Amino acid sequence: MNVLAFLGDFGDAVSFIFKERESVSGGVQIGGLGELGGLAGTHLLVSLVAMAIAIAVSVPLGLMLGHRGKGEFLAISVSNVGRAVPAVVLLFFFIAFIGNGFRNVAFVLVLLAIPPILTNSYVGARQVDNEVVDAARGMGMTGVQIVRRVRLPLAMPTIFAGIRTSAVSVIATATIGPFANLRTLGEPILSENIYRFSGQLGAAMVVALITLAADAGIGLAQRAVTPKGIKLAEEPRTRGPRLSLPTRRREAAT
Amino acid sequence: MAVSSESTLLFAQDAPEGFFGDRADKCVREEGFCPEWIADNYQRYIDPFWEHVFLTVVPVTIGFILAFSLALLAHRHRWLIGPVAGVTGALYTIPSVAFFFLLQPITGLGKTTAIVALTCYTLLIIFRNVITGLAAVPDDAKDAGRGMGLTERQMLWKVELPLALPEILAGLRIATTTTVGLAALAFLANGGGLGAELDAQRFFKSNVVVAGGLSILLAAVLDVIILGFQRLVTPWQRAAT
Amino acid sequence: MTFLLRRTMAMLAVLALAITASACGSDDKSGGGGGGGASAGEAIKKDPANEGKTFTVGSKNFDEQFILGEIYAQALEAAGFKVEKKLNLGSEQIAFKALKSGQVDGYPEYTGTSLTSFFDVKITDVPKDPDEAYELAKEEYAKEDITALPRTEFENTFRIATTKEKQESLLKGAKTLSEVAELPNAAKLSIAGFPECRQRTDCLLGLRDSYGWKPEFVSDEGKYDPIDKDRSDLGFVFSTDGELLEDKYAVVEDDKELFPPYNISFGVSNKALKDLGPKGEEVIANVQKPLTEKVMQELNSRVSIDKQEPEMVAADYLKQFGFVK
Repeated sequence: MNVLAFLGDFGDAVSFIFKERESVSGGVQIGGLGELGGLAGTHLLVSLVAMAIAIAVSVPLGLMLGHRGKGEFLAISVSNVGRAVPAVVLLFFFIAFIGNGFRNVAFVLVLLAIPPILTNSYVGARQVDNEVVDAARGMGMTGVQIVRRVRLPLAMPTIFAGIRTSAVSVIATATIGPFANLRTLGEPILSENIYRFSGQLGAAMVVALITLAADAGIGLAQRAVTPKGIKLAEEPRTRGPRLSLPTRRREAAT
Repeated sequence: MAVSSESTLLFAQDAPEGFFGDRADKCVREEGFCPEWIADNYQRYIDPFWEHVFLTVVPVTIGFILAFSLALLAHRHRWLIGPVAGVTGALYTIPSVAFFFLLQPITGLGKTTAIVALTCYTLLIIFRNVITGLAAVPDDAKDAGRGMGLTERQMLWKVELPLALPEILAGLRIATTTTVGLAALAFLANGGGLGAELDAQRFFKSNVVVAGGLSILLAAVLDVIILGFQRLVTPWQRAAT
Repeated sequence: MTFLLRRTMAMLAVLALAITASACGSDDKSGGGGGGGASAGEAIKKDPANEGKTFTVGSKNFDEQFILGEIYAQALEAAGFKVEKKLNLGSEQIAFKALKSGQVDGYPEYTGTSLTSFFDVKITDVPKDPDEAYELAKEEYAKEDITALPRTEFENTFRIATTKEKQESLLKGAKTLSEVAELPNAAKLSIAGFPECRQRTDCLLGLRDSYGWKPEFVSDEGKYDPIDKDRSDLGFVFSTDGELLEDKYAVVEDDKELFPPYNISFGVSNKALKDLGPKGEEVIANVQKPLTEKVMQELNSRVSIDKQEPEMVAADYLKQFGFVK
């Protein structure tokens, strides 16, 4: 039945990725590494920009809040609210009120990426053993120094878990770019008329691969920055405040 | 220009008088935020809202039943964790936008396709949280249970699951709010919901605010309900927020 | 505002109906055999033969399609069918698949679109005469076990539009596309269109191929918005757009007839056609007769500009033209 046809489509999709072909209504070449490369480029660019901004904003903020022990409610709420607002809704909202283009999509993705990173930075900072912090204070470190030299390194694994979560969300969500006239890998998926099913499938496969690669890549980076002692105890704590947050792996949105 | 030869078709009477009417208010014409329009037209959002509720509750319920069962199985037979996490995780990496289209050759158009896609996305979250919750049950509790002579089955249902409940419910919360968001894309598979309304008048600010606002409201309400349930059922845990 | 408008229109509809009723006077209604068919202006009657028959009406995913789908659906309902609506299926490829697979029994498609998108007819090979185009589409549809019912008078084709001021200032009063293509600043002009337009031979690429004109393309979902807000000089719009009723815009003529005919033909799967019956076909044919370009522009305005619901707009249309009480 459809399974066989599906397999056929699968092969068709792979050929779409690598070879150009004519569009459904003719007249133009679509597909192939050239076009997909371009689309992937935009896709990755907007994702990277969004991640960079989100990290730059969330990590320091989360760490500081975690250090002070203040704003727990804020950190959690941001996460919850962030999840409740669908990226699509945000995007349409911005399209209606602000307009189209790269900036808008990037902005939406930043808002999407912040909650997991912010919350995890907070949690990561909080979970640093108080004794270690006291020792550091005893050595005469200032607040900022403590954050930078004690909390940050020790919180790295948790922070990276948050970054991983965000990255997966952001890359997946960037597929809705074409709604705002940004030609990302979502374009073949949303323009069935021109790209046909094989095009949709091909683009989806590319996105999935990029997502997996990003997840694995960040996972490796996560391992690299994890101080050895912590690597051994990777399970989430069973004691202490249960913040109802995923502390490992990916979560979230689109 | 391809204009038809009018003589070959019989035409109805001309349009009735006054057919070509005046256009609406300036606010609406300029696609702004118009409270009056909203007050007059809020009914059009009622059906899509309930469609959206349907598109959230059904996938989460089915997903929970599936993932929970799988997790219980995997808890007993640890080797299953890898494969199940792998499959559900793989499903998760398929961009949702694509999922609504890719299922169409198999499940056609309409709510079925939407629900299948949405259910798949809940699987990983719930599965992962149930497993983690069970794994994090403190050993002392398990020892105590064993000490009381509980069978493995009793242990599961009387000790482990209750203690894992916060984590499980946390997973349920995440799955629910995520699904509300993803259901906004169900219109891509002709599945209706608030997303269809959003897409129908993308530039009309009033529409975006109402349709978008309702979906956010729905997510918040469902989140609070589950949280309330969590507080009710696990009074011994200091559930944050 | 809208309430007042609606009340006025309702009163006028009643007036029109009264006039029509008295004019039709003693028309032999029994001659219609109690059938669902009624000539335009006459109310559609419920045919007991249609009871228990279900018909699923589909449509594509934009305003005009919602309106048409609703009109056909409500007309069939008035004739006694049990109608299921599956509007907003998606773009034409998806709609066509839905029709072929039986998920919908019928949906309105544009003749030009069906030829270029489903039947692999090159844009340059599509007959320019609307009847010829329709006949060709009908032939091709028949191969897929689908019957293309008779076409509408109006067509929804591409038009190139700009504001009246820009026609003077930028186009130097050019009225046809050939004239525009010959302007010295032709290549520097920008034209806005929906994203897919960039790759369609019946859109941007057509300008290049038929007129040798390669304007800068601005990808934008808003049709008139980019022209108004100066994001582009011209724009691809549609002939049945409500905005064209206003006096603001000037349309540049497609003198080389680049765009093929785009009349609507309600395509029905042959299986469902049996249920529909000749009387049902008559209902479809009659309810679409008053749809001229101007009427479509008005209907589209009500949805796109006045933000009324397509369902209501269709219902009003049926009432105002006397198909439904």
